[in-house]
Amino acid sequence: MSPVIQVTGVRKTYGSTVAVAEASFEVNEGEIFGLIGPNGAGKTTTMECIEGLRKPDRGAIAVLGLDPFREVYKLQERIGVQLQQAQLQKRIKVWEAVDLWASLYRKKALDGERLLEQLGLSDKRNAWFMNLSGGQKQRLFIALALINDPEVVFLDELTTGLDPQARRAIWELVRGIRERGKTVFLTTHLMEEAERLCDRVAIMEHGRIIDIDTPEGLVARHCPERAVVLDTEDAAAGERFQGIAGVESVTSIGKRFTIRGRGDDLVSEVIHCLSESRIRVTDFRTILPNLEDVFLKLTGRSIRE
Amino acid sequence: MMMRGLWKLTWIEIKVFLREPLGAFGTIGIPVLLFVVLGRATHLRVAPSSLAASGVNTASIPVLVSLLIAISAVLSLVTIISIYREGGILKRLRATPLRPQTILTAHVMVKLLLSAATLALMLMAGRRYIPPGAHVPWFSFTIALMISTWSILSMGFLIASIVPTARFAQPIGAVILYPMIVVSGLFVPVQSFPPALRVVARALPLTYATSLLRGIWNGDGWRAHMGDVAALTVLFLLFTVISAKVFRWE
Repeated sequence: MSPVIQVTGVRKTYGSTVAVAEASFEVNEGEIFGLIGPNGAGKTTTMECIEGLRKPDRGAIAVLGLDPFREVYKLQERIGVQLQQAQLQKRIKVWEAVDLWASLYRKKALDGERLLEQLGLSDKRNAWFMNLSGGQKQRLFIALALINDPEVVFLDELTTGLDPQARRAIWELVRGIRERGKTVFLTTHLMEEAERLCDRVAIMEHGRIIDIDTPEGLVARHCPERAVVLDTEDAAAGERFQGIAGVESVTSIGKRFTIRGRGDDLVSEVIHCLSESRIRVTDFRTILPNLEDVFLKLTGRSIRE
Repeated sequence: MMMRGLWKLTWIEIKVFLREPLGAFGTIGIPVLLFVVLGRATHLRVAPSSLAASGVNTASIPVLVSLLIAISAVLSLVTIISIYREGGILKRLRATPLRPQTILTAHVMVKLLLSAATLALMLMAGRRYIPPGAHVPWFSFTIALMISTWSILSMGFLIASIVPTARFAQPIGAVILYPMIVVSGLFVPVQSFPPALRVVARALPLTYATSLLRGIWNGDGWRAHMGDVAALTVLFLLFTVISAKVFRWE
């Protein structure tokens, strides 16, 4: 697979503020690639440089083999863009927006009415933009980003401000975009979103890319800690758990034991021990680190701060 | 390439504009009403036949109202552009193959069409306040108003570039544009201004617009006003070049 987006040594400053200090990464064809990090990390600036909306001070960008700044109109024909916090004319109707967007591209656009139907907006086609809910607006913006049947779709903070239900519906739509063979590049500050949606993620902080990998790869590399929490009345259990290979600590409060260790084998080792020693447990769960923990570890702070 | 999307965008902007009753009324309704009210006031006081004899310039009211039409079109443009910028609408439109100049051209066309429509309404509604003897060259006058509006619109883009937020667009625009009527020579001839003020007047498009509109209304030929048209064109080019440098899309 060849990279669809190549970003090499990009830097962008606004006056004395460094928005992007140094960013280099590649996005492959057909994947959902997420740029994650807290607000102000430089995600949107990076994305807008790739979309040709901003000119980086330094560095090189190629999207579908095009220079986004010099060949911006050629590029716009082939990509679809959803911008963070964008608006449309307050009193533009849904179908008018889709119809207008469809007329802007040289190649034949997708069937707008069908697209609205797929995005669940058919019954809103005559509604004014200002009267749409947050989720409906985002779905309309997705429709506008897809109307030219683009090869790469850019989604900037797509689900910010949406309720969990609308968020899940949008995730389904984004997976649908990938299934149509498109490449998706998105930014998010929601770790759950990145974990559930992205094939690969780049973690960005203070204008720098800290690490890039699959969500699982990042967790395995930076947070190998695992924990098993179980309830048992067995008085001898604690001693047995200490003997499990890879276990670092066993703590207990009453009948509740917490077994901590490293590596993927910990859970099966604990299960093995339980069955071998015939320990009767009344509750059992594992605590596995996620991207949130990776972020905390890499940056020393929670993404929500 | 430039044309792709232009007509559709223009048409949508017209529809969107007319869907906001207050804005549409303010831009179209107020100049028409003003013309009728002013026309009525002068009409009642002075018999039409003695108007010309009395020395009152019969062109003053239509020219004043025409200037107001142009200014309200420009104010509306300044407001819309700043709202579109603040809301990220301009940015969203730019993230397409649309050329920036196509977006701005669509707005200029909307305003020119609205100005022409307002003028037509004004002439229809105020028909009986125009002295029966006066032959109004309405077609030339419409063209003159459109040239004037077009030139002043370029100033609007410059104002739209400097207003910090949409909230200030209307007041800042009004403070810049309305006083221009006072020094335009409509009420007091430019020749009688102190020298410094005369220089200011000569640098403003409204001065030439007034001269052009008044002349055309009074039946002058275009050749007599080529200087005004040239000045309006030069000012348009000047403001457009400056706007192109300082215009902010977001």
